[in-house]
Amino acid sequence: MNVLNSLAQASYRLLAAMRQPGRGTSWLVGILLVVTLAMSAANLLLPADSPFYVSTYTITLMGKYLCFAMLAMAVDIVWGYCGILSLGHGAFFALGGYGMGMYLMRQIGDRGVYGNPNLPDFMVFLNWQELPWYWFGMDQFWFAIFMALLVPGTLAFVFGWLAFRSRVTGVYFSIMTQALTYALMLAFFRNEMGFGGNNGLTDFKDILGFDLQADATRVALLLVTTFLVVVTFLVSRTIVQSRLGRVIVAVRDAEARTRFLGYRTEHYKVWLFVYSALIAAVAGMLYVPQVGIINPGEFSPLNSIEVVVWVAVGGRGTLYGAIVGALLVNYAKTRFTALMPDAWLFALGALFVIVTVYLPRGLAGLFGRVIELVHRRPGRGKEQTTRDDGLSVAEVGA
Amino acid sequence: MNPINHFAGQARELMRRDTTWPFLVTRRRPVDVSKNIILYLEELNVSFDGFKALNNLNLYVNDGELRCLIGANGAGKTTLMDVITGKTACDSGSAWFGQNIDLLAHDEAEIAGLGIGRKFQKPTVFEAHTVFGNLELSLKGYRGVWRALTARLSGTERDRIEEVLSVIGLEDVRYQLAGALSHGQKQWLEIGMLLAAEPRLLLVDEPVAGMTAEETERTAELLTSLAGKHTVIVVEHDMEFVRSIARTVTVLHQGSVLAEGTMDQVQNNRDVIEVYLGEDA
Ligand SMILES: Nc1ncnc2c1ncn2[C@@H]1O[C@H](COP(=O)(O)OP(=O)(O)O)[C@@H](O)[C@H]1O
Ligand SMILES: [Mg+2]
Repeated sequence: MNVLNSLAQASYRLLAAMRQPGRGTSWLVGILLVVTLAMSAANLLLPADSPFYVSTYTITLMGKYLCFAMLAMAVDIVWGYCGILSLGHGAFFALGGYGMGMYLMRQIGDRGVYGNPNLPDFMVFLNWQELPWYWFGMDQFWFAIFMALLVPGTLAFVFGWLAFRSRVTGVYFSIMTQALTYALMLAFFRNEMGFGGNNGLTDFKDILGFDLQADATRVALLLVTTFLVVVTFLVSRTIVQSRLGRVIVAVRDAEARTRFLGYRTEHYKVWLFVYSALIAAVAGMLYVPQVGIINPGEFSPLNSIEVVVWVAVGGRGTLYGAIVGALLVNYAKTRFTALMPDAWLFALGALFVIVTVYLPRGLAGLFGRVIELVHRRPGRGKEQTTRDDGLSVAEVGA
Repeated sequence: MNPINHFAGQARELMRRDTTWPFLVTRRRPVDVSKNIILYLEELNVSFDGFKALNNLNLYVNDGELRCLIGANGAGKTTLMDVITGKTACDSGSAWFGQNIDLLAHDEAEIAGLGIGRKFQKPTVFEAHTVFGNLELSLKGYRGVWRALTARLSGTERDRIEEVLSVIGLEDVRYQLAGALSHGQKQWLEIGMLLAAEPRLLLVDEPVAGMTAEETERTAELLTSLAGKHTVIVVEHDMEFVRSIARTVTVLHQGSVLAEGTMDQVQNNRDVIEVYLGEDA
């Protein structure tokens, strides 16, 4: 009885938190849901020659963008709210991806080129006789998911614990995260590691018994991705709006002050870092079945830097800015690379410079300013800019 | 024979019924001030690259006292606060909080939890939070990560914040962002944050820097009213201000105590006149 009661209380609180005026960016969630549902319906229900038909390619592209949006949120939580600039989140993303990749690899069974029911093709090619110990159990979906969370989570915990306890901050921390992802990339490139070397894991056939090439599976993957993006968004928003979130912002702005108030700032940072790494890992897990491959290139330091650009473009410290930034920049990337493949990196660099100089708070900041202008009509005094819940408009926009 | 005796001795020590095993002693125990002294600093030495910022410093502060620390720039006043609050490790010496707590064995967060609050020389508040939010984060209470996730502001806590707001006179700006406050208001907010944490000992570094005469006066009133219930150590340059609040003044010079006494005694001290007051007299 008691448990039921507290469950009801908790869910009520969650609902209340989601309904908070002004802080809510629920319209974004709504749009995401409506768009993906409409796309899915258009793909499954309409004939291929209808003008409103959405191709499976587009469905998969959208799913990929949403995985990136999730990864961007993970970076925003640590960078935007806590000032920890991680340039290595691609590592957690890729580790999650490899976990899923291993599961999908084991699902192939004897349908591989060599037809070996126990060994993935690349192991047969390397003349391996049996499965390495760390591949055991990965044919079980639940176990693979568990490992794909456990490994990045543990890595983030150990790395964060060492770094934050020794009070490594700022540029030094960023460089360490780059080194982390670079080291993992080199390791995964090696064939002896048993993760497929530079080819990575690919040629997947099905997931949970569903054919990965089928339209319905693709649509289902997109819907699951959208659902998890929304859940992550809501959970993260609840976290940043709690007192925990306020402490985290306090750490960002004045860590020493926070410490002298009695907060163990390193504990806060470590747990936030682990949470963020887990989100990145989930994004990676969703990414792999949709793009159909995971290789060591995902660990490339450049990938992690790109994520930071998405967040900067969208506006850090807002969560929804990260989603918007990831979607826009990746859409631009798809378009741009189709036209001029070699110029994308320059465009990305230019974008970063422009945003840093002219839009330090990203598109979300611009949006906030527009809202403020609309609200500030003549006759409205300064009192109006503060709200009952103790948040000023400036903070809401922030 | 000898090692056996040694171990037997240790075992007997472990089995003694009048002491508690060290690892069972709770980290957060109340400070014992039965001798009426709350802070013992003895033979403290701190050096930065060979430069002695604190040099065999000895200082005792009574419980409930309002103590002023004065001294020229670079005399080591801020460094002293850094040592007490665990920010700076000292090379040698001892620092005890009451009879029972060795400050040198704790870090910043633990020391804050023991009941030592500190205002920085440069006012430091959480600029992205409202005045109210700043005080909320400072409230006395548990500081753990998981507790913070589910923390709700209780009625008593809300009342406590309102009380502090009225003490520091910032009721009208409670929902403004702290970053938008004036310099003087930030100083007060930071003092308010200390009060919200209800510490036993407050270390206040240069509270009236950048304040108008009127603001200075109100700060003096506030700090005097705190003494008794709290112990307050104030570092200040403004001699008028020190004269208006201090009962006991300690003069630091080149990292050690030069003189101690009432303002008049200190001002008439020959050494002090020579090295400090003499400059602007
Ligand atoms: N972290 C540090 N590194 C090097 N020197 C320092 C450091 N902190 C303080 N000092 C030096 O120690 C001396 C005492 O400084 P401080 O305690 O800040 O003096 P004040 O009495 O003005 O507050 C100064 O000469 C200062 O330059
Ligand atoms: Mg100083």
